[in-house]
Amino acid sequence: MQYLVSVIDDKTNPGRDDREPLISAFNERLVADGHWVFAGGLAATDAATVVDNRGEQPIVTDGPFVESKEFLAGVWIWEAPDLDVALALATEASQVCCRKIEVRPFL
Amino acid sequence: MTAAVHPDAVHPDAVHPDDAAAAVARAHRDEWARLVGTLTRRFGDLDVAEEAAAEAFAAAVARWPADGVPRNPAAWLTTTAQRRALDRLRRESKRDARHQEARMLHDDTPPEPLGAVDDDRLRLIFTCCHPALAMPSRVALTLRLVGGLTVPEIASALLAQEAAVGQRITRAKTKIKAARIPYRVPSAEDLPARVTGVLAVLYLVFNEGYLASGSGTDPVRQDLTAEAIRLARLLHDLLPDDGEVTGLLALMLLTEARREARVAGGELVTLDEQDRTGWDADLIAEGHRLVRERLVAAAAGTPPGRYQVLAAINAVHTSARDVRETDWSQVVALYDQLAVVDPSPVVALNRAIAVAELDGPDVGLALVEPLAAALDDYHAYHATRADLLRRCGRDAEARDAYDRAVALTGNTAEAAALRRRRDAAR
Repeated sequence: MQYLVSVIDDKTNPGRDDREPLISAFNERLVADGHWVFAGGLAATDAATVVDNRGEQPIVTDGPFVESKEFLAGVWIWEAPDLDVALALATEASQVCCRKIEVRPFL
Repeated sequence: MTAAVHPDAVHPDAVHPDDAAAAVARAHRDEWARLVGTLTRRFGDLDVAEEAAAEAFAAAVARWPADGVPRNPAAWLTTTAQRRALDRLRRESKRDARHQEARMLHDDTPPEPLGAVDDDRLRLIFTCCHPALAMPSRVALTLRLVGGLTVPEIASALLAQEAAVGQRITRAKTKIKAARIPYRVPSAEDLPARVTGVLAVLYLVFNEGYLASGSGTDPVRQDLTAEAIRLARLLHDLLPDDGEVTGLLALMLLTEARREARVAGGELVTLDEQDRTGWDADLIAEGHRLVRERLVAAAAGTPPGRYQVLAAINAVHTSARDVRETDWSQVVALYDQLAVVDPSPVVALNRAIAVAELDGPDVGLALVEPLAAALDDYHAYHATRADLLRRCGRDAEARDAYDRAVALTGNTAEAAALRRRRDAAR
């Protein structure tokens, strides 16, 4: 079972930014325990571009598809046997990243 | 248990319809959760389990009057439900090739013997009360899958729309499946927190029955308090050594014992004014026995949690034949203990009420006033403050506080009692 694990950043209440060494150590454990599928941090939403080619002409728009005070700072994909295992990992991840974490199953 | 064969029966196995109906009702009460639990483990799907269990009981309603009540109703229901579940999976597998799991389709193993599957009910409870589900979903799902209440029954109990309850249950089942919420008893490490979550669901069901909200409803909903007690008894049977489970069951029993005396003439009667001869002595004896059991454990060094302390407070109240006999210093000491595990303003409010009995209304009022900011929207805060103001002779202020309490309470009987006390304060 795979879960998309989103790291949520809150512009009005950002977490600490000195977490890299802790996150690296956590990632190594994810790999060692067979949970790691993918991980990646994301650039600021200012760097996002939206393309919409559902109409006659493609429309390219600068900025994220939705402006909100919360945004996606990074994602993991984890392999876990069930939600309890994923939630236990997410509880650690939230502390390690000092961010809120959303856990969402893949279909 | 087999219903007696009616002497007028033509068919040798036929039983009187009333006997058959009683047997179905009894089996439903005793076997529903076990059946859903067993089916969920076997088929790995709550939806299949729920539907098959419901169909098995429908079959019992149709067949037991004519065929007779089976010697082992539980085994009959399990076999029938498993057949229905297999039929459904077979039908679905024809529609959807992905569901072709030969093991499921040709599994004709006999049903598990009773007793060995008892912990399936525990798995079921923990799945229905999983923290990843919203509280209203946990309540609805638990009442449906563990309690065996129908969707219309749950809707009427929770004063919700049937469609909304049905949708809530469907969504919860979908999430359990999609997110793979496990069907198991949590690890020893997670167990205390998860049990606390289950108890919160049961306590919420009980409290909604005990002080029902809504203008068009009975002030006390016995169907809900009875169901909460039934589920708490089940949990206590399954986890007999868990102190908080014992504590919550005792708390419910000692509260339920006072039900009859709590409402008179459409008005909620406060503890000090209740006719104590109207209390249920059997429930009180059972509750006291459970509280004593926990006192022994506490003396042996297991610190009691909040439900055990609340039960002990209720044990003190129900031990007094008359309100004047209440050991208020014991009640205050227990609230001190409760404040350690639950330092909430509501606990501080209840402690202040006990202090007022011990040291006088002015002392109690001094403890209540600082809680204004935290409890301004809470009817019981204003009702308590109003009573204390009245007892201090500050009638005008008391009347204003009663008005606030009446405006905030959703319970018709409580509003009636508050209005009477307001009108007496002049």
